[in-house]
Amino acid sequence: MSRILQSASERRAETHPLTWRLHDDQSPVQLEEYRRTQGYDAVTKMLEQYTYETLTEEVKSANLRGRGGAGFSAGFKWSLTMKGEDVPRGYIVCNADEMEPGTFKDRLLMEQQPHLLIEGMIIAGFANRSKQGYIFLRGEYHRAAAAIQRALADARADGWLGADVRGSGWDFDIALHTGAGRYICGEETALINSLEGKRANPRAKPPFPGQSGAWGLPTVVNNVETLCNVPGIVNHGADWFQALSGDLSSDGGTKLYGVSGKVRNPGLWELPMGTTGNRIIELAGGMRDGLSLKSWLPGGGSTGFLLPEHLELALDFDTIGKTGSRMGTGLLTVVADNQSMVSLTRNLEEFFARESCGWCTPCRDGLPWSVKLLRALEAGEGESGDIELLEQMARDLGPGKTFCAHAPGAAMPLASAIHYFRDEFERGITQSKGEAHADPIPVGSV
Amino acid sequence: MNQTTASSTTATIASDAFALDPADREAILEERAHYPYPQAACIEALKIVQKRHGHVPDGAIPAIAETLGIGVANVEGVATFYSLIFRQPVGRHVILICDSSSCFLTDYEELRNAFIAHLGIQMGQTTADGRFTLLPVCCLGACDRGPTILIGEDLHGPVVPDEIPRLLEAYA
Ligand SMILES: Cc1cc2nc3c(=O)[nH]c(=O)nc-3n(C[C@H](O)[C@H](O)[C@H](O)COP(=O)(O)O)c2cc1C
Ligand code: SF4
Ligand code: FES
Repeated sequence: MSRILQSASERRAETHPLTWRLHDDQSPVQLEEYRRTQGYDAVTKMLEQYTYETLTEEVKSANLRGRGGAGFSAGFKWSLTMKGEDVPRGYIVCNADEMEPGTFKDRLLMEQQPHLLIEGMIIAGFANRSKQGYIFLRGEYHRAAAAIQRALADARADGWLGADVRGSGWDFDIALHTGAGRYICGEETALINSLEGKRANPRAKPPFPGQSGAWGLPTVVNNVETLCNVPGIVNHGADWFQALSGDLSSDGGTKLYGVSGKVRNPGLWELPMGTTGNRIIELAGGMRDGLSLKSWLPGGGSTGFLLPEHLELALDFDTIGKTGSRMGTGLLTVVADNQSMVSLTRNLEEFFARESCGWCTPCRDGLPWSVKLLRALEAGEGESGDIELLEQMARDLGPGKTFCAHAPGAAMPLASAIHYFRDEFERGITQSKGEAHADPIPVGSV
Repeated sequence: MNQTTASSTTATIASDAFALDPADREAILEERAHYPYPQAACIEALKIVQKRHGHVPDGAIPAIAETLGIGVANVEGVATFYSLIFRQPVGRHVILICDSSSCFLTDYEELRNAFIAHLGIQMGQTTADGRFTLLPVCCLGACDRGPTILIGEDLHGPVVPDEIPRLLEAYA
């Protein structure tokens, strides 16, 4: 479905570690071909040359930052996992719940190259002394499920999974778990509850999953794209990974960047980390005829809106973070000049309101309220004070006020849309607040 | 009434009007073996039942609880949480229309209204002939092809309103 818009001849092993094997016709890379093209070499090398400590160090020094949106260093996360001879072996969980509005990268990796993910998980499992891996896949990804099931069976038959992996004496296996809807399942502690067959409410941290996660055992949760970067690091080393992004970024590696919205050629590209927004929009052929770009989201619905002038920035975690937005998943959503920021913000807050797990008050009650206000503004029936109220809500939904990052994610597009496009919101105000309408209720009558 | 064949095996657990199909019971027990604790198979069990019946009838809740050896409330709580577990009958084909931001920006609302007009039902409803149910869904991860829809296991996009009649022909 979604496409890498670089042709196979443009993608090379040394420069496009995530996509160089992909076929132009989008058919999956099966085991035999994967093996022929260095596939599982990293597992062989790992079993021969690494301990779980040296492996974690290698990934840490590569500065592979989490591609699920938060940008936390994968190697650092692994170094915090409770592990050792006397600690029970836990789980490595792949977060394949991809539901962030505007994000379409993990699906492609899983449908077209499931072995790369499996190889990455085997290595992550070794580094974290996990006994078992789970791929937590959203229920709607049927093609990815079929590709993964087949790849798991093939890898197992070839000795890469199961008891005594390739005669090393090390046991490790992976199972596929498919979800049943709800965006919140992508939050890592909610995901663990869902994996345990419970309602997907997030858990309090600490304890962090690395101490006590699935079924009380040490659990590492990593995104699909994060894990797909791991085999390259083992094969070619941390320095190579760092060099992929050269001077563009201190974050190592490449990134699957993409664009959706009214551009000429929406799609995906594997590019050095730190590529600018301008370059990516250029690859997408610019805006469709007659349109110009008014605003954009750098990486999904839970990131903040930015302006055209921000397109010259390097798209990496720290640079975009400094604007007050976040890089998130790194897939750009572009807004054209004839599209309403108020309507789009209403659409986003409807999403967050519906997908709230309902655990904490600002999120459960505040988000539907914000939708009500935004609908009024959209219809030109807003009252004076509505914008200030929305701003207050965005603050009340911010970091530290709720149990998980869902609410702060909802606050980002809301606050930034008002910040940059206040005039559009003001145009929706046609009524003054006036005096309180209801007569006071006499004491004693309720 | 969805009725499974009344089986003579003791594996069938009756609960009011609902009887768990023996094959489903087997499948649920097999799922259970994949996880350290039986609760973990709960979502999969609900999906197994839904696959046969189209939705999860009320009577299935205690039947699943009994099969897995967990509390009824633990199954009920899960069954009401997840959006792809249907607690009411749905059509033979569920049409999930992506209503997230990229599809919004590529005119999903027009597409949604066209579906509503074409099928004569609102979002959340099922056509009188039991053929289609319309539901919204989070970003389908194909935003470069927006607006997108998922019918059964088939992803379509970009879908333009004029295409709807032809597109639906494939779903009897
Ligand atoms: C509401 C919410 C939804 C999330 N959804 C996803 C998701 O679908 N996929 C994902 O990889 N991370 C998602 N995350 C981030 C995860 O909590 C977690 O940070 C990530 O899986 C860690 O992997 P990484 O370090 O490899 O990025 C979500 C976070 C929140 C708060
Ligand atoms: S912030 Fe929202 S989604 Fe997160 S725990 Fe609270 S209510 Fe649930
Ligand atoms: S927003 Fe519709 S597929 Fe992503």
